[in-house]
Formats: sequence, structure tokens, C-alpha cells
Amino acid sequence: MKYLIILSLFVSSFCFSQENNSKSQKVSFKVKGVCEMCKDRIEKGTIKLKGVKYVNWDILSNNISLIYNSKKINLDDIHKGISLLGHSTEKHTAPSEIYNNLPDCCLYETLEIH
Amino acid sequence: MKKLVLISFAILFSYSFSYSQNFINGVIVYENQSGETLPLTGVTVYWLNTSLGTLSDTDGNYKIPLSSSSNKLVFKYLGFKDQVIEITDKILYNITMLNDENILDEVTVNKKRKTIQKSYFKTQNIINVSSDELLKAACCNISESFETNPSIDVNYSNAVTGVKQVKMLGLESPYLLITEENIPMIRGASQVYGLSFIPGTWVESMQITKGSGSVVNGFESISGQINVELKKPYSDTPFFVNVYSNNMGRNELNIHGNKIINDKLSTGLYLHANKNTSINDKNNDGFLDNPTSNAFNIFNRWQYINTQKGTVSFLGIRYMNDDKVIGENTEEMVFIRDPWKGEINTNRFDSNFKFGYVNPSIPYQSLGFQMAYSRHDQDSFFGTRNYNINQNSFYSSLIYNSILGSTLNKIKFGLNYSYDDFDEIVEKNDVFYNRIDKSIGGFFEYSYDSMDAVSLVAGIRYDIHNNLGNFFTPRIHMRYQPYEKSVLRLSLGTGRKSSNIFSENQNVFATGREIKISNNSGKFYGLDPEKAINYGLSFRQGFFINNREGDITFDYYVTDFDNQIVVDWETQGELSFYNLNGKSFSKSLQIDLEYQIIDNVLLKSTFKNYDVKKQYNSGFKQNPLTPKNRFFTNIEASTNEKENGSKWKFDFTYNWIGTQRLPSHTELVDFNGNSPSYSLMNSQITRVLSNKLDVYIGGENIGGYTQSNPIIGGDDPFGADFDTSLIYAPIHGALIYVGLRFNN
Repeated sequence: MKYLIILSLFVSSFCFSQENNSKSQKVSFKVKGVCEMCKDRIEKGTIKLKGVKYVNWDILSNNISLIYNSKKINLDDIHKGISLLGHSTEKHTAPSEIYNNLPDCCLYETLEIH
Repeated sequence: MKKLVLISFAILFSYSFSYSQNFINGVIVYENQSGETLPLTGVTVYWLNTSLGTLSDTDGNYKIPLSSSSNKLVFKYLGFKDQVIEITDKILYNITMLNDENILDEVTVNKKRKTIQKSYFKTQNIINVSSDELLKAACCNISESFETNPSIDVNYSNAVTGVKQVKMLGLESPYLLITEENIPMIRGASQVYGLSFIPGTWVESMQITKGSGSVVNGFESISGQINVELKKPYSDTPFFVNVYSNNMGRNELNIHGNKIINDKLSTGLYLHANKNTSINDKNNDGFLDNPTSNAFNIFNRWQYINTQKGTVSFLGIRYMNDDKVIGENTEEMVFIRDPWKGEINTNRFDSNFKFGYVNPSIPYQSLGFQMAYSRHDQDSFFGTRNYNINQNSFYSSLIYNSILGSTLNKIKFGLNYSYDDFDEIVEKNDVFYNRIDKSIGGFFEYSYDSMDAVSLVAGIRYDIHNNLGNFFTPRIHMRYQPYEKSVLRLSLGTGRKSSNIFSENQNVFATGREIKISNNSGKFYGLDPEKAINYGLSFRQGFFINNREGDITFDYYVTDFDNQIVVDWETQGELSFYNLNGKSFSKSLQIDLEYQIIDNVLLKSTFKNYDVKKQYNSGFKQNPLTPKNRFFTNIEASTNEKENGSKWKFDFTYNWIGTQRLPSHTELVDFNGNSPSYSLMNSQITRVLSNKLDVYIGGENIGGYTQSNPIIGGDDPFGADFDTSLIYAPIHGALIYVGLRFNN
């Protein structure tokens, strides 16, 4: 009985974590940004989109690497969601009223990577 | 990919997972004659004093892994001035190289990486201690390195062995879980001397967790955890030498060598030796103030990294021998009876293996496995009392990391197995004790991070232990950060341990006290396991005054014992062990203030109040030899660094230790049951001559305060009133040391 507790703890957490990796899609595309603040904004905003499992954005290359659940969100909605954070992607341009409200250091249309 | 592998590996095996910035990168540019800014290709970028380097690519981009041994990055290119920058907490450093004839000053970055770091982002109350902090008190092993750290108190455990014992939150080190790279290390037989067996120069960093720690490493931590990260062959300097010598006749030598064999495999060999042959009896009580000793420590480790496959492995083997001779000064005294002498001889063998795997395409899934075997053998005698202990230990753990839904919700789970076999021989009439502890446990830990104000870590484990029984251990940590510079943390958790009464209280053997154990047929020497709950809160507020950064931290932690083995020194001539019958608690309040007074001068000040009480057979009392109040101040300063890396570093520590209750003893008439309060001062001056060579000189207990009568009943050391355990202050006065460090 006592070993069953450990076993069930182990097995159930294993089942939890093995959620459908088959529906996981890996994708990478460009998102505009120039600084650490942008990185923070892009990564926090993107991970909160429902269905996005993992995100990493690289300042220098402007590349975002994503893993998402294709049953819960499609790629276009991800592009759209990111652009609504104020950061334009390859497919969607950020609305100018959102872009204009970005912190000064993030105004990537006029600034260099810094 | 390498970055992901290394980060995930760090998460697997390290507490310090907010240090996920494992690379520094940036763009290197220069300005041509017509004023255009262009990328500079082929710039050599390397860590000062290391062989770890890279070149910038055709777009001027560079990327270099963080180094554990240097925080200064050098940029070199023919025809341009060399640039050296000090890495702070950023990962992006864009560099403009200046033409050699350009007389503009170098970029100077004033902000330094602090040697003791507290994070605003980690859920648990973890203090990171870097190797630079360890340099501030150059001597010599970990137990001595906490003198400059306000979270850990250092006490002498008795008047003859010279051993320093650490305490946290008012509780002795057995209530701490001390791990080496997350493998439980200082436990059982090594409890008293173990920390002094780890040379300070081997340490890359330490993480001190206040309150109950994570469930991942076991159920044993009660008041906190100390994790020691050792140097890694891949990132450590290729060659290092340290020598140290003090006026009490102690000499220390450390030699490290590391070699990167190929892009995957590297190895390191670390040697340590110390010797103290001089006879010191400065207080003329007829007893050596510190033992004559001889120690040798050798450690070989291998590191294997395969970034394509996402695997990392470590293999380590270590052997240690330490011999101490204590007792009466037989060289300078004539005896009409047998002199009181003692020896403590320890041999220890350690080996461990670690393996980590990160799925290269799914970076949030990783698997870690570690196992360790150790054999600890101590043979000792104190006058006519013998104490031998032999412990064989095996430990292994398996841990799996993944996410739920997204990386905002992370989980860890796994199994631990541990096996300990203790053999002890105690006392004149050779009483044997033999015990085997076996346990298997499963753990699950969930962490949530909202990426802004709130985070939470909740863990539970279930253990099946042959002597402690079967039980759950829940632990929870929360963090709330309402504003950028304010953070509130809460923690709650339980812990248990088996008490190794003799090895944890070895100072009884250097007394005439008779050991009494009230046997109630428990599994541990007739006693029951110890069990406690720990809860606490910590609030930290950062501020800017005069444009300079500072912060203030309030910590309040309570440890409440359900059962404790009461170690009762209250009756003269006796030491009794019995199960707690009533209340026992430790309440600790700590207020820290840290402020950058001027450039290059950092002030740290701490006030601590401990309320540690328990029910003794003779009444409800404050723990003996535990100061109720303590005050600590440390000032560190340095001059600006010259081009060749040379500078001066100054460090000064002041400690005020309040009165301590002393157990009653007829020969302690001068104190009314309390020790006087006193002050201690330590200081060190380091001259960095170049990037390769440092020399230092320092003093401990500069004021020279000593306890006037550390040995009670010394004229009859074989009698019942002989006592070397009632120590509240240093035994020897001012100590001066010098040393040097060389690395290449």
C-alpha cells in the first residue's frame, strides 16, 4: 500500500506531463524589437496566449521560437496576438496606436538594437 | 541549442535557476573615417584570466557563455584599443571599438555584480553567495567562510578542537540540509567537521535557502538549506594556486588544474593540503588553543557536454584525510600525572555521477539522474573517552521536469533512494551502536509564475523510511511583488530527521560529563525522530537615495518542534538526551540594510534577534550559548581598476554578540548565568597585482577578545567537572594571515 502512494504520485504526474506532444507545433519567425524590455514584453505577452506552450525571442536575430498546441490556437492568431502587443511580425503589423504607446526604448521603427 | 541545454541543466540541478542568462552577447562596431558605424569582424572576445573565448562574426555579432571565474569581458582587435567591461546583470553588451590613436577613455562600468545576491524574482528566499564573497575571508574552508555572511552564525563548539559550528535561524547545523550540487552531503557522521572538509577555493557559489526548502532534495531540511556548487572543469581557470599562512602556524595550499580535452569532455584535478604543527597556548591554561593538524584532500572530476544530443554528465571521485591532535601542552609542561590528550582522525571517500538530458526539440522537458556513494570513517579519542563512527552512504535521485499547458506552469517530479549504515563505538567501555537507515521517496513539485507579481511553488513528498515510518512532507512558497522594488515572500513546510546524538554533540567527549539517554525504546538510541514545522515571511524593499541603490529586508521565521531530541547540558557533570516533553521553538528576526555609500563602497548591516526556547527537565529555558541579539556590519571597498587589472580591495567586518545564557556550573561564578557581550572585528586587504596574481593580508578577531576561562576543571581533566564545551567567545586572540592566489 505504502509503495502504491509513491507509484501513483509518480505515474499520475507522468501522465499529466505527457500531454499530447503530437499536437505540438514548433515554429520560428521574425518579430520586431530592439531591447531587453522588448524581449520581456514579447515573451510575457506571447506565453499568455492560450495554447502557446513555450516561447523564446532573440534580440539580435529578432527570431521568435515557439511551441504551441495546434488544437488550441492557429499560427495566424499567434501572429495577430503578438502584433497586438505592439510588436510587428512577418504577417501582422502592430496597430499604430498600440505601437505609439510602447515604452520609449522599444520604438523599433526608429531605434537600433541596443 | 547549447544555451538551452545548459539552461535546462542548470534548472535540473541547481537552485539558482534565475541565472538563466548563460550567455553574454552583443554587436561589436566601429566608426570609420567618414563617420559611418560598421560591424567589426574577427574581434577576439574572452573572459579575463580564462581560456574561454570567441570571435565576432561577419555582422559583428558575438556570443560567449558566462564564466564562473570571471566577470570581465575583454575585446581585442589589432589597431583598436582593448576594451574590458564588467558584466553586471544584463546579457546584451554592444561594444564600439575605438581606434588605437584615439585618446578617449575606456568605457567604465561602475555597477558591480554583488558578491551576495538576493533576487526579487525567485519564489523562495534564496541568497546566492558568489566565489568573490568567499575571497573576502580568505581562510580556508566553508565553515570559516560564513564570517562575512549575516545569514549564518559561526560559533566555536569547544575549547580544544578549534571547530567552528554554523547556525541558521538560531538552530544548529544538523537542522540544515547541506548539499553539494544538490546531493545531501554533510549529514550523520560528518555533521560536526564536514563543512571544514570542503576547501573554500573549490567552491563556485553557494545558495542559502531560509526556511523549509524544496521537496526535491528530501525531507531533512528543517530551518534551511545550504547548497554548495563546486567549480566545473569546463568553465574554471586552467591553473590556480593559493597559499595561506597565519601566525598560529597554520599553512594551507590549494592547487587546481583544469583541462578541456575536446569540445565535449573536460576534466579537473583539485588538491588541498593543510598543516598546523605549532604549539599554541596563548591563554596559558595548559591546553592547546587549537589542534595540531594535518589534512589532505584530492578531487578529480569529469564533465561531458554533448549539445547536439542535449546531454550533460559529471563524474567525480574524492578522497580526504584529516588528523588532529588536541589536549594538554605536553611540550612545554612537566606532568606529575598522565597528560590529557586526544586525536581525531578522519578518512572520507566520495564518488558521484550525474546525468542530465534535455530534449533538444522540446526544451522544457528534461530528465536528471544522480547518484553518490560515500564512506566516512572517524576514529578518535578524548582523554580516556573513545568515539569511532563509520558511515556508508548511498544516495540516488531521478527527476523529470516538464510543463502543464505552458511554461507558466512547471512541474517537477521524481524519486529518491537513500541508504545509510552507521557503526559507532562510544565511551570507555566500548558501547556499540549499529543502525541502518533506508528510505525511498517520491516527490512532486508544481510552480506557477504569472511573469509579473505572483509566483508560487508547492511541493509534496511521500517517504517510506525503515526507522522514521511512512509520512508526507508538504512545503509551499509564495512570492508577491506588488511594485518593482518590493517583494513579499511566505513559506511553510515540515521537516524530519533522525538525530545522530553522538556525532552531532561530539564536544561532550572533551568533558567529564556522563552521558545519559532516557531510553523510551525509540529507533534512534532509544529516542524518537525529530519533527518540526517551519514558517516565515520575508519582505524586501529596494530604494534609491542620492541616486545610489540600497535595500532593506525583514525576515521573520519560526521553527516549531513537534518532537526534538533535547540536548541537556543544564546539570553539571552530565549530558542528557531525551525526547521533548513540552514546547520547543526558535523564532528569528533579521533586519538587513544594504547601501552603496559611494562608488566602490558597499555597506551591509544586520540586526538579529533570536528567541530559542525549549522545555528542559529543569524548566522552560532559553537555549544555552545562543546569543539573543547580534549585530553585524560589513564594509567592502575597492579602488578603480587599472588597465592591467590591478587594484586594492578592502573588507572590514564588525560583529557584536549579545549575552548568552550559560548552563550552571560551580566554577562559572563570575557570570551570574550569562556571558558578557563582546565585539569581534575581522579585516582583509587584497592587492590585485595583475589579472593573474593577488596577494592578501588579513586579521581575525583584531580586537583580541577572548573568553577568560574556556576550560573548566583543567587541573583535573579526568574528573567529572572537566568541561571544554561552555564556549561563548574566541579562545585565541588576534590572528594575522597572509597569502597569495595565482591563476593562469
